[in-house]
Amino acid sequence: MTTEAATIGLTHGGSEDTGLGHRGPESKSIVVPYGFWLFVLSDMVLFSALFASYATLVHATDGGPTTNELFDRGLVAVETVALLLSSFVCGLAMITAKRGNMVWTQAWLVATGILGAVFLGIELYEFATMVGEGAGPQRSAFLSAFFTLVGCHGLHVACGLLWLGTMMAQIWAKGFQQHIIRRLLCFSIFWHALDIIWVGIFTIVYLIGTLPA
Amino acid sequence: MFGRLTWDAIPFHEPIPLITSLVVLIAVGAIGFWVWRKGWWPYLWNEYITSTDHKRIGVMYIVLALLMLVRGFADAIMMRAQQSLAIGASQGYLPPEHYNQIFSAHGTIMIFFVAMPFVIGFMNFVVPLQLGVRDVAFPTMNNVSFWLNASGALLVNLSLFLGEFARTGWLAFPPLSEKAFSPGVGVDYYLVALQISGVGTVLTAVNFVTTILKIRAPGMSYLRMPVFCWTALASNLIMLAAFPVLTVALAQLMLDRYLGFHFFTNDGGGNSMLYMNLIWVWGHPEVYILVLPAFGIYSEVAATFSGKPLFGYRSMVFATMVICIVSYCVWLHHFFTMGAGADINAVFGIASMIIGIPTGVKIYNWLFTMYGGRVRFTVPIYYLIGFMLTFVIGGLTGVLLAIPPVDFIVHNSLFLVAHFHQVIIGGVVFALMAGYTYWFPKAFGFTLDERLGKAVFWCWFIGFHLAFMPLYVLGFWGGTRRMQHISDPSWAPWLHVAFLGAVIIGIGIVLTVVQLLYSIKTRDQRRDVTGDPWDGRTLEWLTLSPPPHYNFAVLPDVHGEEAYWTRKQTAIKEERLIDEPNYQPIEMPINTPTGVIVAFFASVCGFAIIWYIWWLAILGLIGAFAIFVWYAWQDEHEHIIPVDEVRKNARERRRIRMEHLHTISQST
Ligand code: HEM
Ligand SMILES: [Cu+2]
Repeated sequence: MTTEAATIGLTHGGSEDTGLGHRGPESKSIVVPYGFWLFVLSDMVLFSALFASYATLVHATDGGPTTNELFDRGLVAVETVALLLSSFVCGLAMITAKRGNMVWTQAWLVATGILGAVFLGIELYEFATMVGEGAGPQRSAFLSAFFTLVGCHGLHVACGLLWLGTMMAQIWAKGFQQHIIRRLLCFSIFWHALDIIWVGIFTIVYLIGTLPA
Repeated sequence: MFGRLTWDAIPFHEPIPLITSLVVLIAVGAIGFWVWRKGWWPYLWNEYITSTDHKRIGVMYIVLALLMLVRGFADAIMMRAQQSLAIGASQGYLPPEHYNQIFSAHGTIMIFFVAMPFVIGFMNFVVPLQLGVRDVAFPTMNNVSFWLNASGALLVNLSLFLGEFARTGWLAFPPLSEKAFSPGVGVDYYLVALQISGVGTVLTAVNFVTTILKIRAPGMSYLRMPVFCWTALASNLIMLAAFPVLTVALAQLMLDRYLGFHFFTNDGGGNSMLYMNLIWVWGHPEVYILVLPAFGIYSEVAATFSGKPLFGYRSMVFATMVICIVSYCVWLHHFFTMGAGADINAVFGIASMIIGIPTGVKIYNWLFTMYGGRVRFTVPIYYLIGFMLTFVIGGLTGVLLAIPPVDFIVHNSLFLVAHFHQVIIGGVVFALMAGYTYWFPKAFGFTLDERLGKAVFWCWFIGFHLAFMPLYVLGFWGGTRRMQHISDPSWAPWLHVAFLGAVIIGIGIVLTVVQLLYSIKTRDQRRDVTGDPWDGRTLEWLTLSPPPHYNFAVLPDVHGEEAYWTRKQTAIKEERLIDEPNYQPIEMPINTPTGVIVAFFASVCGFAIIWYIWWLAILGLIGAFAIFVWYAWQDEHEHIIPVDEVRKNARERRRIRMEHLHTISQST
């Protein structure tokens, strides 16, 4: 028996194929990413609640600044490119990891991290300017919702960077073991999911928010 | 240094919480000491606390739930006592600020730390066994989930000793729960505790959806899964999609309270109805998270004790999944009075009534399962019948509440309190008691005493009706919920009856403890030697009681809907067991202290956040992260059970089963 079937055991004596179903427990390389996907889905639900809150409160500016006065498309465009590129590079890292190429994997992962950090840096800069202009989250319900939605995404990116660092150390120390590859796969699912959410933020918050009123 | 935490946090001048605190502290200390004296700590540590065995984790969940049931009930009886004393001129014995904490704590504890862990405990214990596999998909995460849940329970109970609990009801509606109106630590206890246990719940959902969809015995196709597994699947899907919304609502309230955001405040453009919507988008599905597995338990019990397959298996599955989906489309019925307008109210009213249809299908299925069967009137069947009688009435009052014009009259009244207790006690609690009786022998190898079990049932059944039927009447008379004082003396008789009912339920709870102790004492008379004490139909009865860590020496091959029943009947007919398979060594997950340590740091961090002790909060976070990295760094997550051991245990089981087979064939 391989470690694959590990915990749940694949030690059954012969089985019939029912047509509908199942030839016993799936292997870990299916189960782990599957579970992680479910987690990502629940994270999407979390964001959908934040989007809904934002949509409810976007006009509740309490006399304070509105979307059109605050957002700068140019800056956000750079941010977006950095994040999407980072995802692409992460994909390259996955490919090299499957081939077992340590140097390139690490290199691509570093690039992933740097691009992620650039994204995060721009976001923090944007936040800081807004707070400096007196448009902090305490100013109005709209700004509370904005900072929470975008900030929550940013927090995910920050956690992702932390995870990425840990992953790189693990790959370095332990090489491309099966369970490490699995984790790397989960990381890349996570990283791509953050892109999808960002596309939503980009559209709903920034694009719609900067339409001429 | 210690933020808001000062000596004033200890309730020196309030005798009730002070004495309770002391008693609880002494009791916990005494039990800990006693366990130490008996030398049981290593056993507890190895076999339960750090265990990754889904059965052990299930038992821990249920122990937690039973302990919290006692706490929640103590709150309930205090409220009932207050309301039957504080009538007319009398003010009773609880001042308003204390009374408000009690109903808030009661609701919070009963839902999050009684009903939830009880239900999750059963899913843990039963689902892998019924699916014919060895464990859940992520055994370590399972342990972590449990401890996070326990951490939340700990924080809620800590509020009794240090500070106060929320006075804002079990859902902490803003703006009352905002900093401006509730400046104390009470709401923060509530928020932090629920956030921590909520993380555990999401992880549980990930775990069980993966398990049920990806890890089943060979041949166990979807439409061969026992109904309990289906309901567990539905329940976990709901958890997966609903709990993140709760997390968001609570997080936003925390941001308001901690950082001065304006989500739900009266000023700054905040919108408290946003909170109502979010919390009920979680809150309504939550009741189905609880009641669907309860329906699953009733289904198992009905089939087993009627000696017949479940009537309408496929319609049962279908009804379950329909409820799973429609449960998302009704949340607005909790605030018809918000003023969304007649059309919207009508849509949600009709959607709410539609849920009654699949539920009705289920009731008929259970009735037809019993019809024509050879029903054995055991304790679980008592609960099943009691449930059907009670739940139908509770469901009907629910349909009444789903009619917007009616709801405008009885919204937030004692009528509502009677309704939801009727469905939650009659539906969920009865099922949990039935399941407790039904699966106890599987967990511990002996059955519970039947006579005492029936006494407990009658206490719950009679006590419930006495305690809550009067509230329907008072609700119609205009009695609102959450009243610390009753000004109309003519209500007194009804409130006294309600108090009597609560006392009878209390006797039932005491008798549950008596039953447990008595059953342990006399366990040799009721040993479950065969592993199949009820003549069961699903795979958990195939293995011995208690099952070995790995459940099945060889994963069962499933043919047909009632996996174990078919196999058993074939064996009886042919008077022999299936051929001895080729045993192999088994890999099982090893124990891990990760869960307890993570929960420890989560509790520390949570406590620090509640009391504004920021350095400690940061330490807690770092600790939690460190333990994750440490865990991820481990290489050994499994150990191997040698084939000799597997074979030895399996042969012993076959010997027992063979013997049993002979007794059966001789008696027929
Ligand atoms: C054991 C018997 C029980 C008794 C005697 C009891 C009694 C009460 C009473 C007196 C109230 C306050 C009603 C009011 O607002 O005037 C209450 C509220 C509540 N109960 Fe129970 N209860 C019991 C069991 C349960 C169970 C098992 C659950 C859930 C699993 C539960 C959930 C709640 C909730 C959610 C509230 C609302 C709290 C609030 O107003 O915020 N109760 N109960
Ligand atoms: Cu509802």
